[in-house]
Amino acid sequence: MKRLLVFLAPMALAACDGIQSTTGGDGWHSERFNSLFTLFMVVTGIAYVLVLAFLAAAMLRRRGEGRDGPGESEAPDEGGVSRTLVGWIGFIALGLTVLTLGSYFADRGAARAAANSALEIKVTANQWWWDVEYVGATPQATMRTANELHLPVGVPAHIILVSNDVIHSFWIPNLAGKQDMIPGRVLDATLTPSHVGEYRGQCAEYCGIQHAHMALDVKVESRSDFLRWRAAQLLPAKPPATPLQQAGYNYFMGRECSACHNITGTSANAQVAPDLTHLASRKTIAAGTLPMTRGHLYGWVADPQGPKPGNNMPYIGLEPAELHAVVAYLESLK
Amino acid sequence: MSSPFRAAEVLALLALAAGVAGCDRETRDSRGKPLPETGPSADRLDPRPAAYEGNAFQIAQGQRYYAWMNCGGCHFHGGGGIGPPLMDSDWRYGGSMRQIVDTILEGRPNGMPSFKNRITEAQAWQLAAFVRSMSAQPRRDALPSRGDEMSNREPLSLSEQEPILKTTPESDQAKPR
Repeated sequence: MKRLLVFLAPMALAACDGIQSTTGGDGWHSERFNSLFTLFMVVTGIAYVLVLAFLAAAMLRRRGEGRDGPGESEAPDEGGVSRTLVGWIGFIALGLTVLTLGSYFADRGAARAAANSALEIKVTANQWWWDVEYVGATPQATMRTANELHLPVGVPAHIILVSNDVIHSFWIPNLAGKQDMIPGRVLDATLTPSHVGEYRGQCAEYCGIQHAHMALDVKVESRSDFLRWRAAQLLPAKPPATPLQQAGYNYFMGRECSACHNITGTSANAQVAPDLTHLASRKTIAAGTLPMTRGHLYGWVADPQGPKPGNNMPYIGLEPAELHAVVAYLESLK
Repeated sequence: MSSPFRAAEVLALLALAAGVAGCDRETRDSRGKPLPETGPSADRLDPRPAAYEGNAFQIAQGQRYYAWMNCGGCHFHGGGGIGPPLMDSDWRYGGSMRQIVDTILEGRPNGMPSFKNRITEAQAWQLAAFVRSMSAQPRRDALPSRGDEMSNREPLSLSEQEPILKTTPESDQAKPR
């Protein structure tokens, strides 16, 4: 039993980590559902304590204590027992009403919040990465990124959820509950972050061998920071500045890379792999698998099947000179 | 009294274990095999046609790349349109695995572009395996049960198509009709 507790205690604590926490309360939905959870805990907690108290009283109280026979002892208590029972029934009725109303209003409030969103973002799940498209009024105001979601604080964002292959689930525990993404269907969710900060989303439906490596970096920032980030992301990619970057650019455009990846402002405009226009501005590569560093970029480009076996980026087998050039070019895509 | 039941249980467990051993058929090689020198003389010894064609994962990857590389833009879902159909027995440039790989990588006159350096050779083999699955050439248990697109065809794995061409080019010349 003790051993079991030793194992279970860290599991309970794991949920309290700051960037991925179901009790984080960093979004409108998360706050509401946290308070709903507290309400349920309080009401059911009182009921639990009362039941145990009555049980203890029943066990401690001796039948006919201080009296001679059972016949005498039953009669005087009748009134007390029935009064307690009426009170108990009243408590149950009241408690259930409070819980029903609480969950009803939390649910209706969540539905209302979805109706007035100011920002539309389409998130497409793939095995095993997130395609994020900020839908603008015009194609010029629309831009794509991958595995990174930036949100302005306090603004309800309408997230359209689709899947390209299998069932995934969109889950940013700090902000809201999860929503499944079903191929062939368009579903949605609303996120209203209330605190500035960095969070971690995670695919919450088993979707293949790299399901665990399908994370989403979420950055909630002030409205001005968000607009600055969005303006920078809307720009086309920087042209290569050094001969090495130029060599990497040439390799990228002439080889397999550009058959799947898009770099806005170049001839690489394929749409089936993560958009690389501003790759170097992101926090991680390979859907939260590795931090964005030169070493990890080298490792990833040289052999994508090493750190994340089974993903759809093929092993190309670049020569060292080509690898240096491609990584130099990718690092310049700020 | 209990011993006959024990024996039956043991037998059942053994049968189950034998069944599980059969699950080892599919292996996924996500990096692709190192490539031997290519050439007509090496064809008979080349293990790749059978390895790619007999593997459900490789065929499924080919199906994915068929959509990604917009093969359907000309060949449609195998019925042909701008490009020739892929689900019948007519092959302008040969219907063996290697010939299809060559067609994909080198291109062919009158419109088929070369995908050399646009996809890897391993991806071309996967694509070829999927192209041959459209006419139900690979083994039945490796065929995809359904296409990714809308279709009124019955599943390939249920269809009764006769093998049109064998994997190796030798039998390819015989062209049974």
